[in-house]
Amino acid sequence: MKKLINAPEDVLIESLRGVAAAHPELSVDFENRVIYRGTPKADGKVALISGGGSGHEPLHGGFVGLGMLDAACAGEVFTSPTPDQMQAATLAVNRGGGVLHIVKNYTGDVMNFEMAAELAAADGVQVATIVTDDDVAVQDSTWTAGRRGVGVTVLLEKIVGAAAEEGRDLASVLAIAEKVNAGGRSMGMALTSCTVPAAGKPTFDLPDDQMEIGIGIHGEPGRHRVPLAPAREIAEQLVEPILADLDFTTGPTIVMLNGMGGSPLIELYLMYGEVAALLEKAGVTVARSLVGNYITSLDMAGCSVTVLKADDELLRLWDAPVSTPGLRWGL
Amino acid sequence: MTIMSDDILTIDRLADWLEAFEAAVTEQRAWLTELDSAIGDADHGANMARGMAAVTAKLEQGRPATVDELFKAVGMTLVSSVGGASGPLYGTLFLRMGMAAGAVPSLDGSALAAALRAGLDGIVARGKAEAGDKTMFDAIAPAIDAMDASIAAGVSLADATRAAADAAAAGRDATLPLVARKGRASYLGERSAGHLDPGAASAAILFETLAETVSRT
Repeated sequence: MKKLINAPEDVLIESLRGVAAAHPELSVDFENRVIYRGTPKADGKVALISGGGSGHEPLHGGFVGLGMLDAACAGEVFTSPTPDQMQAATLAVNRGGGVLHIVKNYTGDVMNFEMAAELAAADGVQVATIVTDDDVAVQDSTWTAGRRGVGVTVLLEKIVGAAAEEGRDLASVLAIAEKVNAGGRSMGMALTSCTVPAAGKPTFDLPDDQMEIGIGIHGEPGRHRVPLAPAREIAEQLVEPILADLDFTTGPTIVMLNGMGGSPLIELYLMYGEVAALLEKAGVTVARSLVGNYITSLDMAGCSVTVLKADDELLRLWDAPVSTPGLRWGL
Repeated sequence: MTIMSDDILTIDRLADWLEAFEAAVTEQRAWLTELDSAIGDADHGANMARGMAAVTAKLEQGRPATVDELFKAVGMTLVSSVGGASGPLYGTLFLRMGMAAGAVPSLDGSALAAALRAGLDGIVARGKAEAGDKTMFDAIAPAIDAMDASIAAGVSLADATRAAADAAAAGRDATLPLVARKGRASYLGERSAGHLDPGAASAAILFETLAETVSRT
């Protein structure tokens, strides 16, 4: 294992120290492992918190700031944070307008946030929850824990963050969150495994001439393992299941080509070119796009595609000002 | 029927059980993690060992006088130190056991079985698992059924907890061929068959250490 670390058990806390040093506009609670905005939003507005296992940076801590999250709870690498962290964050960010919990659909995350919501409710804070589940790689959802929450989480945090910033109430903010989750689909692939620092070796073996299609964001095995193919064919294998799952030809879309952490931007842009061509051929109108590493799986090479149904309201919220370490525009 | 003192679990004996559970999950952490790496995310042994170490450290600071306070302390400590899905599930088990037991200084067999049943109901409410989903439910539910049946038959607490431990172990072993329908293992589909469920394995250790603690006295 070659990593820029001191000791595997110190990775999270030392990374949080770096976040605090690099971003004086943020405030980091090292004991509870929560990243907050340095300047809280105005009284009465709905606050947004998210969180999850670490290793997906910039998600979630990199999306704390004006126009997105109010706080992000960091768990150990690929391990859900705990309810006491989330409860502390919920109480700290509440401005009287209630708090939206943004949770990716993984059993541990869902249960821990559920307990946190119960604890916060007992303390008199109004909490609503959106669970993202956009991964089309998980097919048989009746007999599994359901589709995983992946790329749409990034787009949702941006769009719903803008809605909260406008001063909409909790019910309205939750309704927009549900609309975004319902209209978003993602599919990912890996060229290599990732290496969890505490494990010290790759999570799965993937020969040089093979790739894994339909991976999640924790190095979990995908839908199937196939021979490595040119980018054009990989793009087809990602776009086709997305378009087969939902009709995206009825209006504008927002498209994200996301890197898993170990693929260079030159390849991500090349892939975006292939994806955009496929979408155009399929009659899908791309109104906005985002290319880069936004929801990663440590050092895994590979990418994911997320397509989101948009409308005038969602596009306006997408374009609204945002100032976070991970996304910044319109200011 | 006269209840013998051996058939009563005092706070000290319940604490002995928790310490024995901590020692056992620590000793078997590598095996639990190995089971989890086959169908999960390879952290169950480490997470349970860390959580139970936090529990015993908490109890060393001061031992509550009543069963509800004891189990509440255990549950909250597990919830805040284990993480993943096991933290909320084991945490809920003990929190509900405490609520069911109430502010009493000890439990007899019936009260222990009733508390465990309430804990299992809490796990079901939290995790939505059913029999055969390849989860900790598949070890815990038959264990409590066996304990209920044994107590109804009037056997000693030692025999009742032994029956529960054996049923939990059988339930654990029965998860081997199952296809997981809950948790991260469910993403593997058919590939999850042929592996023991790590949660059922740690739950079987919980009942084994209970039986050992009771018989040791």
